[in-house]
Amino acid sequence: MTAMAEQTWVAVCRTDAVPRAYGVAALLENGEQVAIFRTEDDEFYGLSNLDPFSGAAVLSRGIIGDTGGVPVVASPIYKQQFELRTGRCLDDDTVCVATYPVRVIDGVVHVGSP
Amino acid sequence: MSRTLVVVGHGMVAHRLVEAVRSDDVDGTWRIVVIGEEARPAYDRVALTSYVDTWDPEDLALPGSTYAGDGNVELRLGDPVVAVDREAKRVTTASGRVQPYDALVLATGSRPFVPPVPGHDLPGCFVYRTIEDLDDIRDAVERARHGRGRPAAAVVGGGLLGLEAAKALRDMGLSPHVVEMAPRLMPLQVDEGGGSLLRRLITDLDVTVHTGTSTDAIEADRGRLVAKLGNGTELDIDLLVFSAGVRPRDDLARDCGLDVGERGGVLVDATCRTSDPDVFAIGECAALEGRVYGLVAPGYSMAEVAAATLLGKEASFPGADTSTKLKLMGVDVASFGDAHAVTEGALEVVFNDAVSGSYKKLVVSDDAGTLLGGVLVGDASEYNLLRPLVGNTLPTEPAALIAPAGGGDAAVGVDALPDEAQICSCNAVTKGAIVHAVTEEGCDSVPKIKACTRAGTSCGSCVPMLGKLLNACGVEQSKAVCEHFPQSRAELFEIIRATRVTTFSELITKHGKGKGCAICKPAVASILATLGNGHILGGEQATLQDTNDKFLANMQRNGTYSVVPRIPGGEITPDKLIVIGEVAKEFGLYTKITGGQRIDLFGATVDQLPLIWRKLVDAGFESGHAYGKALRTVKSCVGTTWCRYGQQDSVGLAVELELRYRGLRSPHKLKSAVSGCARECAEARSKDFGIIATEQGWNLYVGGNGGAIPRHADLLVSDVDTETLIKIIDRFLMFYVRTADRLQRTAPWVEEMEGGLDHLRAVIVDDSLGICAELEEAMAEHVAGYRDEWKGVLEDPEKLARFTSFVNAPGTPDPTISFRTEREQKVPVMLGVPEVVSR
Repeated sequence: MTAMAEQTWVAVCRTDAVPRAYGVAALLENGEQVAIFRTEDDEFYGLSNLDPFSGAAVLSRGIIGDTGGVPVVASPIYKQQFELRTGRCLDDDTVCVATYPVRVIDGVVHVGSP
Repeated sequence: MSRTLVVVGHGMVAHRLVEAVRSDDVDGTWRIVVIGEEARPAYDRVALTSYVDTWDPEDLALPGSTYAGDGNVELRLGDPVVAVDREAKRVTTASGRVQPYDALVLATGSRPFVPPVPGHDLPGCFVYRTIEDLDDIRDAVERARHGRGRPAAAVVGGGLLGLEAAKALRDMGLSPHVVEMAPRLMPLQVDEGGGSLLRRLITDLDVTVHTGTSTDAIEADRGRLVAKLGNGTELDIDLLVFSAGVRPRDDLARDCGLDVGERGGVLVDATCRTSDPDVFAIGECAALEGRVYGLVAPGYSMAEVAAATLLGKEASFPGADTSTKLKLMGVDVASFGDAHAVTEGALEVVFNDAVSGSYKKLVVSDDAGTLLGGVLVGDASEYNLLRPLVGNTLPTEPAALIAPAGGGDAAVGVDALPDEAQICSCNAVTKGAIVHAVTEEGCDSVPKIKACTRAGTSCGSCVPMLGKLLNACGVEQSKAVCEHFPQSRAELFEIIRATRVTTFSELITKHGKGKGCAICKPAVASILATLGNGHILGGEQATLQDTNDKFLANMQRNGTYSVVPRIPGGEITPDKLIVIGEVAKEFGLYTKITGGQRIDLFGATVDQLPLIWRKLVDAGFESGHAYGKALRTVKSCVGTTWCRYGQQDSVGLAVELELRYRGLRSPHKLKSAVSGCARECAEARSKDFGIIATEQGWNLYVGGNGGAIPRHADLLVSDVDTETLIKIIDRFLMFYVRTADRLQRTAPWVEEMEGGLDHLRAVIVDDSLGICAELEEAMAEHVAGYRDEWKGVLEDPEKLARFTSFVNAPGTPDPTISFRTEREQKVPVMLGVPEVVSR
């Protein structure tokens, strides 16, 4: 999670509010919604919460897993898989969701601007 | 300018002809007028005996037989053609209607042969050919029930049709006599050895067999009948059914001067043309090159040939496969090729096991190198592999093909079959055609092969062969759940059950690889839930649940949820209805009555779900599991409580069943219904398990399905009492839950089961695997361990905390959700799909 110089960070929750292999949504001040995921290995990732196939803000409610070792979330609506690291859709390579940097400091999860 | 094709008769073969012409005649060169004698469109006469199961003619309906929506076909029923004028090229019906034709197809079928014995036309004597015949027989049986003593019946004719008639009578609760002139039953199909075993097996089923004797006279006797047999026996009976063969209905052809065969039948050549080039004849009324066929498969071949010829294509009759495999009252009988070893020099190899009740005979060429035919009685499991081998070089010693244990399948596989071997005899599909579909057309599953080639779409007996052919073509039908588990769902179930694994992490560490995915996690979550591992949102389990289970509600297209409280059997008090109305009003929910006799409340946000459920639970409602792969509803009609026709308390049973199986997690959703009489208002036969009341108790049907591939459920047991019924449903559900694939409904589960319904019945009714006690115990545990999932959430602050839209703004609803009003209720505003980032 490299932060750029001008990166601004917002604290959203404590780490224990995000169970392992689970996702939660956070609402940013500008109205954007970020899906924050925590993997089995305690890595945190941020993707836009908006499912690009349905338009519903639900990606945080998908199931977390891996495809060939790459961490992914499956959309809860039509089940397309998105890479947590890049936002790339594995089922349609013309589609990608925005990623948000996420860092953990002193047990608090912070989200940066994309 | 289209020409007119007139089809006389509307049976199975006529229907196949119309279908064949319509599917290939893309330019509509033929306008088709079908003129039938019976008042109903073509139906599945081959399955006539099964009409006794439900007395519902709809169950015999053939798909598309009314040609609704096809402007090129006109179906006129109930007005038979009585004359053909070949000069003027027109036909006249009984009502006097005249119809000109450019081409004429006679498909008038056959009539039952009634031997001219004295008394053959007395009241109480019937034939066995149409739905109406069976209705008449039923009426006679009903009348006899009100007479003196137990009703009795005799069937004249011990061939295939006679034994079918005997089965129908037996299904109506009688113990019929069967009288056959020949020295054995089914003389055309089986030899002496097979016949004697068949006789024994049929006799064990309460059928009294009289062979080698004629029926000399039938006399009326004080409201009943006496049948006097040639051997001196006199049978006191209430009714008698003639099923001593059929005769082609060739009167129209005779009257208009067409050539007929020596033994009857409209004489046609190999293209099904009669002596008049504009007139064709197909099916049982035709004498193709002099020979009349009384089976549907050759009739279908004739329909295809005539259709192709009418469309200007070259086609000729491919030769008939008169092979037969059938199950008569549970007894397997199969006969194929030269079953009677009439080929010069033919040798017979016989395996006869009187103890296990199995007789097998192969007929081979004089050098024992080529299979010519065979007979199987009692166990016909090798039929599918042996029949296509007829006329081909044997892959092994003949004895090895029918020897028990180690023989059969092991000795000869689909590899040994030549390309021209017919795998599906109903639709004449060869091994070559199926292999082509797999290797060239990309069919990589049995359903795709069915859709592409039509193989396996009629009687279905070749379906296991389709799977074997797929494997032989190198298409691996992997049972692995996903990339994380090489096991099938059934295997995972057994692992979890036997090793008492209670978490996904432990299971994947010991038996899988990686972290899991959206396929294996919900599958394992379901298995863990079936085996009772606490609340489905407890601990790690919450991370495994699929979309709907995760919030115990059904996610809709805009990310909101619907709420469905359980309304067992569809029965609800006015007070509870008011509660639902008040909750909907308070939270502004859209309400709709579901197909499962309950009420769906739409448009709740994640945050609202616990608030809504608090009110519902307080009013005595509980989760309806509309979100789960679990029991949904048990629908019911009002039954004896209110209905004038009800025979049992269908609502009471539906409520009992819904409360018993609620919360049972399964490979897919489970639906049920209970109808209080044969009118079937609850539509039970479209359910995974459906129950229909009878006078004596309940009939249980399993494996039904609505949806994209509708399927009527099959009768599993009949006339059972409530206790027995519940015991068998317990076993059925547990056996399904343990062995089905992920997302496999009961319909394909039953269909794809090796041995099909008979195997299922053996396992869960006759306890052939000795697991019934264990299955019942597992269900008893489920019933005892049931807890309402929503109550469980409301009682636990940790679970409740998950029902928020935003982790950093609890109580703030998702701002992207908005509604508009339609027909006085709120509905979601369609979401724009966001611009996707192109890479």
